Amino acid sequence: MRNFGKQSTVAVAGKYLALGFYVAFALFPLYWLAKIAVTPDKLIFTDGTALVPSSFTFENFRTVLLHTDFLAYFRNSLVVSLGTAAITTCIAAAAGYAFSRFDFRGKRLIIAAMLITQMFPLLMIIAPIYKIVAAVGLLNSLTSLIIVYTAFNIPFATFLMQSFFDGIPKDLEEAGMIDGCTRFQALRKIILPLTLPGLAATLGFIFTAAWSELLFALMLINSNDTMTFPVGLLTFVSKFSVDWGQMMAAGVLALVPSCLFFIFIQRYLVQGLTSGAVKG
Amino acid sequence: MARIELQNITKAYGSVEVMRDIDLTIEDGEFLVLVGPSGCGKSTLLRMIAGLEPITGGEFLINGERMNEVPPRDRDMAMVFQSYALYPHMDVARNMGFSLEIRKSGSEERDRKVGEAAKTLGLTALTKRLPKALSGGQRQRVAMGRAIVRDPSAFLFDEPLSNLDAALRVEMRLEIARMHQRLAATMIYVTHDQVEALTLADRIVVLNAGKIQQVGTPLDLYESPANKFVAQFIGSPTMNILSVEQNSNGIQLKDGTVLQMAGTPDKDSVSELGVRPEHLNIVSPEKAHLSGVAELVEHLGSDTNIHAKVPGVGQVLVRQHGHYPLKAGEPVDIALDLDKTHLFDQKGRRLAA
Amino acid sequence: MTALADTAPGETRARPSFYFRYLVEPYLYLSPAIVLIALVMMVPLAIGISYAFQSVNLLRPFETGWVGFENFQALWSDRKFWLALTNTFWWTLGSISLQFFLGLGLALLLNTQFHGKRLVQALVFLPWAVPTFLSALTWAWLFNPTIGPLPHWLAALGILSEPYNILADPDLAMWGPITANVWFGIPFFAITLLAALQSIPGELYEAAEIDGASTWQCFTKITLPFLAPMIAITVMLRTIWIANFADLIFVMTGGGPANSTQILSTYIFTTAFRKLDFGYASAIAVALLGLLLIYAAILLVLRRKLVKI
Repeated sequence: MRNFGKQSTVAVAGKYLALGFYVAFALFPLYWLAKIAVTPDKLIFTDGTALVPSSFTFENFRTVLLHTDFLAYFRNSLVVSLGTAAITTCIAAAAGYAFSRFDFRGKRLIIAAMLITQMFPLLMIIAPIYKIVAAVGLLNSLTSLIIVYTAFNIPFATFLMQSFFDGIPKDLEEAGMIDGCTRFQALRKIILPLTLPGLAATLGFIFTAAWSELLFALMLINSNDTMTFPVGLLTFVSKFSVDWGQMMAAGVLALVPSCLFFIFIQRYLVQGLTSGAVKG
Repeated sequence: MARIELQNITKAYGSVEVMRDIDLTIEDGEFLVLVGPSGCGKSTLLRMIAGLEPITGGEFLINGERMNEVPPRDRDMAMVFQSYALYPHMDVARNMGFSLEIRKSGSEERDRKVGEAAKTLGLTALTKRLPKALSGGQRQRVAMGRAIVRDPSAFLFDEPLSNLDAALRVEMRLEIARMHQRLAATMIYVTHDQVEALTLADRIVVLNAGKIQQVGTPLDLYESPANKFVAQFIGSPTMNILSVEQNSNGIQLKDGTVLQMAGTPDKDSVSELGVRPEHLNIVSPEKAHLSGVAELVEHLGSDTNIHAKVPGVGQVLVRQHGHYPLKAGEPVDIALDLDKTHLFDQKGRRLAA
Repeated sequence: MTALADTAPGETRARPSFYFRYLVEPYLYLSPAIVLIALVMMVPLAIGISYAFQSVNLLRPFETGWVGFENFQALWSDRKFWLALTNTFWWTLGSISLQFFLGLGLALLLNTQFHGKRLVQALVFLPWAVPTFLSALTWAWLFNPTIGPLPHWLAALGILSEPYNILADPDLAMWGPITANVWFGIPFFAITLLAALQSIPGELYEAAEIDGASTWQCFTKITLPFLAPMIAITVMLRTIWIANFADLIFVMTGGGPANSTQILSTYIFTTAFRKLDFGYASAIAVALLGLLLIYAAILLVLRRKLVKI
């Protein structure tokens, strides 16, 4: 860092101040969420805007986990998000591979169609989807959510996977094919092992997206048994809007899987997101 | 062992034809080099032979059997890529044995063959390493080892040495020549480097703009190029091309000098004369055909290249053996070795003497 | 030619695999994606557009049928629609400009060297991973004077006369979701712009420095022109995305108070979800889609004229 010695101390101080502002802005809401969650109920109002609670408790977490339906919501969301992420990644990997490696008739058309799906208001199809799902008797089922989320996420995931495949030289699978592989064998034995980081990143992105989807879940699910976490939390908030500690404890719990995946995919963000999402 | 025939091969991308009328027979055990400037189609041709690129038209035969649509894995050819295309997630031994692994040969046989190949290429100590832990030259050897292990009926090389530095390139060129002597297998080698082509090839195919310009032994191409393109492409430094016209006296240069040539073709279509720098000599003024001024003198030790400007004729490059004591700005008088000149018509075709 | 005849059987055997490899195979890999997108997105999209010209209200199941442009006529004279359109404009403009400038600032900071960069980068990108419903709830709570500190701070700064919930104040309510949106959206701009910044060759700055350019000149003459294509495309995509983005507002204010935060997409959702009037909801959606298409077309034309790279 010595080569930056020529910068004035004021500029350096300003830079660290700006960085400090960004970090504080990013973390403060989450900190507050966690703070209220660990503050004992009777102290919530007396502590007011104090930055550190005067005593800690995990009672709120215990109540949420043991005496509410949150575990069920959590399980439903986990099923939906994992199912969506797994299926989407498989389908998108195949499609991204085709985009990356083949030139064929209709390619531009299909890419254009996929881009269009990213442009129109998804809410536009909420009514037709509701009617179709109701007609096939899949309302209140997690399967319908998985299918719908999978379709929504395929275009983005496909462009993301394509960018990962584009990063692997074509020579490698050609060498494999000359060495005696069929195209599929070359894909399985040579390309896929090299795409594992890309597959993991895609899984993470899709999982996070499915985990936070609210409006379609709200529309398609109204039975308490199959509610996903966002729907469940929202119902809880509108029903018991004074159990602050418990609501925030539930919020902190909802944050956990996303943050785990975020840490997991963090290092691919800058390279993966841009090449996949923007150029694609 | 394989005898490979290309009959009227064409290649088109959509409606754009990039290659046509490719007729070529590669004899069993022959070392054939495809050479040409970048974009001439030499790599595409090699990839069609390998089966990586569909053939648009014509017949592609191996040992007399049509193979146009046969996938690469059933053509029994090994290929060394320009990028080496080593599998990054496999160690050297597995890279070399991968084709046997796919063909489900026993692990004992695989180990034996990989061991042998590693020994001949001096890779025995490196077999457990991943490609990223190897130097460029070592990677190149692994790529060759991967081809040898298979004992294929033909080897294909796609500019295998172009990513190496000059010294390694010479060393690996010798290695490939030795490999050909030892295995006596059919080899097809693509390069843009004419030195590789001239030193390795039994026969050379010169390609330009998707068409074969000439097929012949290195000496054929050097001594009797079929056209101006081949004449200028083969040989270093490049052949001098001088505008000439033919009249009753013989061949006349633009500055009026008449060259008395034996066996001048009895045609009035002569338009240019080609003469290699090594077939020009600096002589005393009275014996000279051309007189000019040395603009630039390059002392290479073994040779001296003199770039001379000849009024009325243009730039002429003369190559003298050994050290030639001449400075830029000094006058030069140049004689042509008339037996070794080439005449070309307007279309660049060489006119037979 | 006799050789040809000899190998004819081989030819017929190999033909199908030839066509398979170059024509059919890509579609094998693509078909699951195509089928799902067609069934779950394209078909419903067509149905959705057709709903705009029908009366489809689940609460009045006997009044279904084609109604021509009736929904659009109702839209034209619907004060809530025009209000929502105005709100959509301010919501989108406020969110995108703050997100963009703060995101650009962050990207420029992260493109320099400092201690603990990896950690800082992970922390400032974290809001992006927070599920949107949770961002919305968290910010709604922060604005709540009972448990959140923001009203007290704003009152202490003199911005509010007393600590009250701005989400309940029709004049200020829109700032709540915009703040949440900016918090959530800065990382996206920072990430994409950072990647673009990193792709600018360092030699350019060295060359400019040798030519005597100041830091500010480097920024305006090298950085901005290089970022311009990325800025154009991300701003366009994000604008469309934000205009469609209903979750934050729906959770934080539900469009209230007094429709002061009702934007077109929340209006679509509440019309479909609460009133189950699918025909009218689809008409609003078609109107929104049309406006977005016009916007995208204008931006693409501008881009072609302004961006040289």
